[in-house]
Amino acid sequence: MTLDQIITDLQLKVLTEPIDFSSISPTHGYVSDMLSCVMTGAKHQSIWVTLQAHNNIVAVACLLELAAVIITENAQPDAETIKKANEEGITLLSCPQNSFYISGKLWEMGLRDQ
Amino acid sequence: MNNRDTNFDQSPSRFKGKIITDEMAGKITRVEELAYILKISDVMSSSLKTLSPDHSMQDVLVTMRENRISGIPIVDDDSHALLGMVSTEDLIKCLANQDIDANLTKYMSTKLVTVNSFDYLTEALKLFARTGLGRLPVLDENGTLAGILTKGDVTYGLLRALEHDYIEEEVRRYRASHLFEDIESDRSSLILRYTIEHYDFTHGGSASSKIKRALLRLGANAQLARRVGIGIYEAEMNLIIHTTHGGTIHVEIEPHQISVYVWDEGPGIEDVDMAMKPGYSTATEEIRELGFGAGMGLPNIARCADEMDLRSELGKGTHLTMKFFLKGEDVVGEGYTGKGKKETENDA
Repeated sequence: MTLDQIITDLQLKVLTEPIDFSSISPTHGYVSDMLSCVMTGAKHQSIWVTLQAHNNIVAVACLLELAAVIITENAQPDAETIKKANEEGITLLSCPQNSFYISGKLWEMGLRDQ
Repeated sequence: MNNRDTNFDQSPSRFKGKIITDEMAGKITRVEELAYILKISDVMSSSLKTLSPDHSMQDVLVTMRENRISGIPIVDDDSHALLGMVSTEDLIKCLANQDIDANLTKYMSTKLVTVNSFDYLTEALKLFARTGLGRLPVLDENGTLAGILTKGDVTYGLLRALEHDYIEEEVRRYRASHLFEDIESDRSSLILRYTIEHYDFTHGGSASSKIKRALLRLGANAQLARRVGIGIYEAEMNLIIHTTHGGTIHVEIEPHQISVYVWDEGPGIEDVDMAMKPGYSTATEEIRELGFGAGMGLPNIARCADEMDLRSELGKGTHLTMKFFLKGEDVVGEGYTGKGKKETENDA
């Protein structure tokens, strides 16, 4: 499953500069709004689903080399955060639904936590 | 780079006709940036085939065929001034008229759009877009012909510049990855120091990201760089969140070992054993709303580091030591970069 399919199927809004999403294949998923839990639990190349939209999510995603971050419930990162994400090559996506719904959809698509 | 008109067709459509704001400037790609860095003289073709105005269209045909070019600047022999251009289109018109022996001045275009060799590439891109022309004569400071710029020259010039960027990073990596081989001593190490300000969430994670990048350049494998990065990130955030005046991160890199020292001058941890328990946190509600204070920071450090030592005294401050041991081909700075370093899957 590619990031491209995920973006299309879940109708996610791409907040960062578009890249070749079809070349990215997320291997796992992780949901949490606590950054240290993400640091502990998310595997690299994961999709991270969170309500957090402040600029530290980019540092976390970058250090873990996550495939993408889905920011739920229309939480909006500021321009500085998006700029930083572009610099670090991190894809930020957004959607109006909550984290439970998005995780359910990702699970339906075949993404797992392990 | 803001507030500049970038209405040219090589620019992604999102910039078309828009004034670039600071926010958008952050999204400018390297190629767009290069268009503002490269001068037209950097990419133009300067070995030119020109003809003087006393030649015939037959000479134009021969020159084009022999040199495989599609446009010829017509230059005055004495003054070297650019008089006009003859393109394949002009030649076709002439052939249609069966007028091949005519003097070239009969068919040459004299209404020329030119660019200056000292202008930035972006000026040429704008002109290509606005005029639909395929080639632009380039004039130097004195107004004489210095070269020709085609869209192909632009593409080639940009690719060359991008390749240069790539090579530069490779060279940096190569040099750094051999650092300790090139410097002889009984014990060499590289020390990186970072000062972290209290409550500076804006730069949260930037020291750890920089350290991670440094390790990769030194030839560390990706998994080790990530592990060190995560450990230092947690320590960095602790300095931002929990200290009174911030603190210092000191990373000593040796080929076989990475030692990280993190210290601050207060307030100190009341109960170190409790602080090490997963889920225990003293963070305020405000901090928790930002997603910190899960009580996982110190346990995370313990998990990532091969050795961890935490000493704290209330009112005095906290000293944290993390050690990472590098074995076999995982050593850094001794030229092992990329050799046999496969990443294992499922490492966090």
